[in-house]
Amino acid sequence: MTSVTKSTVTPTLYIPRDTTAISLGADNVAKVFEHIADENSVPLHIVRNGSRGLYWLEPMIEIQTKRGRVAYGPVTVDDVEDFIASQCWLENENHPLYLGLTEEIPYLKKQQRLTFSRVGIIDPVSVDDYCDHDGFSGLKEALKGSAQQIVSTVTESGLRGRGGAAFPTGIKWQTVLNTPADQKYIICNADEGDSGTYADRMMMESDPFSVIEGMIIAGLAVGANVGYIYLREEYRLAQEILNQAISVAIENNYLGKNILGSSNNFTIEVRLGAGAYICGEETALMESIEGKRGMVRAKPPLPAAQGLWQQPTVINNVISLASVPIILSKGANYYKDFGMGRSRGTLPFQLAGNIKHAGLVELAFGPSLNTLLQDFGGGTRTGMPMKAVQVGGPLGAYLPESQWQTALDYEAFASIDAVLGHGGIVAFDDSVDMGEQARFSMEFCAIESCGKCTPCRIGSIRGVEVIDKIIADSSAESLLEDNSHEKNTELLEELCETMIHGSLCAMGGMTPFPVLSALKYFPEDFSNSPVNAAETNSSTFNSAEQV
Amino acid sequence: MNKKLNSPTWQTEDVTSIVESMQDKPGALLPILHAVQNKLGYIPPESLPLLAEGLNISRAEVHGVVSFYHYFRSTPAGNHTIQICRAESCQAMGSRSLESHAKQVLNIDYQQTTAEGDITLEPVYCLGNCACSPAIRIGKEVHGHVDKDKFDQLVSRLRTQVVEVE
Repeated sequence: MTSVTKSTVTPTLYIPRDTTAISLGADNVAKVFEHIADENSVPLHIVRNGSRGLYWLEPMIEIQTKRGRVAYGPVTVDDVEDFIASQCWLENENHPLYLGLTEEIPYLKKQQRLTFSRVGIIDPVSVDDYCDHDGFSGLKEALKGSAQQIVSTVTESGLRGRGGAAFPTGIKWQTVLNTPADQKYIICNADEGDSGTYADRMMMESDPFSVIEGMIIAGLAVGANVGYIYLREEYRLAQEILNQAISVAIENNYLGKNILGSSNNFTIEVRLGAGAYICGEETALMESIEGKRGMVRAKPPLPAAQGLWQQPTVINNVISLASVPIILSKGANYYKDFGMGRSRGTLPFQLAGNIKHAGLVELAFGPSLNTLLQDFGGGTRTGMPMKAVQVGGPLGAYLPESQWQTALDYEAFASIDAVLGHGGIVAFDDSVDMGEQARFSMEFCAIESCGKCTPCRIGSIRGVEVIDKIIADSSAESLLEDNSHEKNTELLEELCETMIHGSLCAMGGMTPFPVLSALKYFPEDFSNSPVNAAETNSSTFNSAEQV
Repeated sequence: MNKKLNSPTWQTEDVTSIVESMQDKPGALLPILHAVQNKLGYIPPESLPLLAEGLNISRAEVHGVVSFYHYFRSTPAGNHTIQICRAESCQAMGSRSLESHAKQVLNIDYQQTTAEGDITLEPVYCLGNCACSPAIRIGKEVHGHVDKDKFDQLVSRLRTQVVEVE
């Protein structure tokens, strides 16, 4: 280690501070880098950036070179000593973990990163870094115009709610703007509970100022001066980073009184959820902020008219709000030019589950699902054939290969009884038992239902029971004696119909989507399921229910 | 985080000081419950009247909220809480066999604490770590790509208290 020469400029090393990177050891890698550099008196400037979202390469470190940032990954603590000894900052193409210029990695290069343009590049809590990358230019634009001009720009951009419901954001804002009230609120829905989704988490951990800027602009647009970020309890790193970013924003007069010398005030408080999936539903979320059980409210009245504490409230998903700054800074047309049909702009897709190259892929709407699964995802991680893909979280349909040509577009997915939702894509290989997956959908609904409406509260429990019967009957001799398998399948379909049409919100109303799609596309899994599956599952169900 | 779980008693002031410092916050109940659980490791049922009085709501309302949210506990947990993600992405990567392995190794079911009192096992529905499923969380620390071997290593690390690199 004595051969290490000191360069005149301190080398800059980027090591992600992101939940997934840390879950694979990024914090330890950073500690060891610091420790060994320190021991050998090697000057090293370590920046804890966010993740680029190439998660199969995490912990992926980057080094600033004259040509640009060069990546290595996945790096373990055992690699660090060699990195320093070989002066990794000089760019070593022969290193086994060398990935080349980060921007040239095909997975990243093929994306259209608008909302995620800064993610993984900047230090998440450095306002200077943020501003150097076009940050707060949307807010400055917004401050120049009227509230109506801001709302019109968002409406013209075609932005639709990225949380899953895809309601036009501009129309929501217009309603709040038009509703007179002494107090209005902005809520950022950061209760990202859908399995297979992590775009919100990444955004909050990697570029929190985008979310803050989006909320301030929303406040200016509708005349609200109080904002809440309702964050799920499971996202503790995001909580820490958001709170750091809020403090920095206050210090720099982006939050607080007389923002940037204007007459506008805006505050943001992070409120922590407590492990209830239903609180991602907007009215349950507002009940939760108010300090109550997360019970869904009947609509109307819409939150835009009577939301938090009965006041007009804009409630938007993290990604919707984080998309607003670029719309304001580059204009509605710039954003609208991406996408297809009525799905304008981009959606950050999240590849998850059994997929080789899991990660975040921001693309304009339009390409096929298969593009993501194969071109980006590279097939399954286990190497087995891919059997089913669940798109849009636990309330989204399971799709077989015959449906993978579907375009990634809200309407195209709706036409096959599926949803894009929040853009989560979970792949399964051929070891999956779709009967078991359908059962889990009902079980999850039973565990997480707020209990307000009967179709969801009781329907989900009956759903578990009926699926158990279908699976058990099919493997018993009695199958031939009566047609109970058929009768129960029919019963399940009818139950699903009731839940779809009779539930108060999407929890009960959409749980049937994964169930019916599993039944429709994979009927064989409802007649050959392992007998013991029902048995083991019912014990976990009972214990989970006691929560 | 969970260091105080083993302390058998709590003082009234522990709770009243939290209530007093936060009671004027709009919708204060959840932040207060978080603060109480942070401090005591759980929300003692006997503390509910103090919360109700401080917020001028009924005990039933407080109980309703505590019991609604999975995260809030009414009994102390073990020294460490291990949560295993049961959601779809982790299912696709073998979380079902991981959870049965965990139950077997620890000899407990979900919502139970080992006889030694060191580990509590809980289910969780998504940690946002779906790009490297299956995922678990120990305390506030998330771990990815957890197979049976990695799980065993993590558990033995908890039990032997190996000092980590500083």
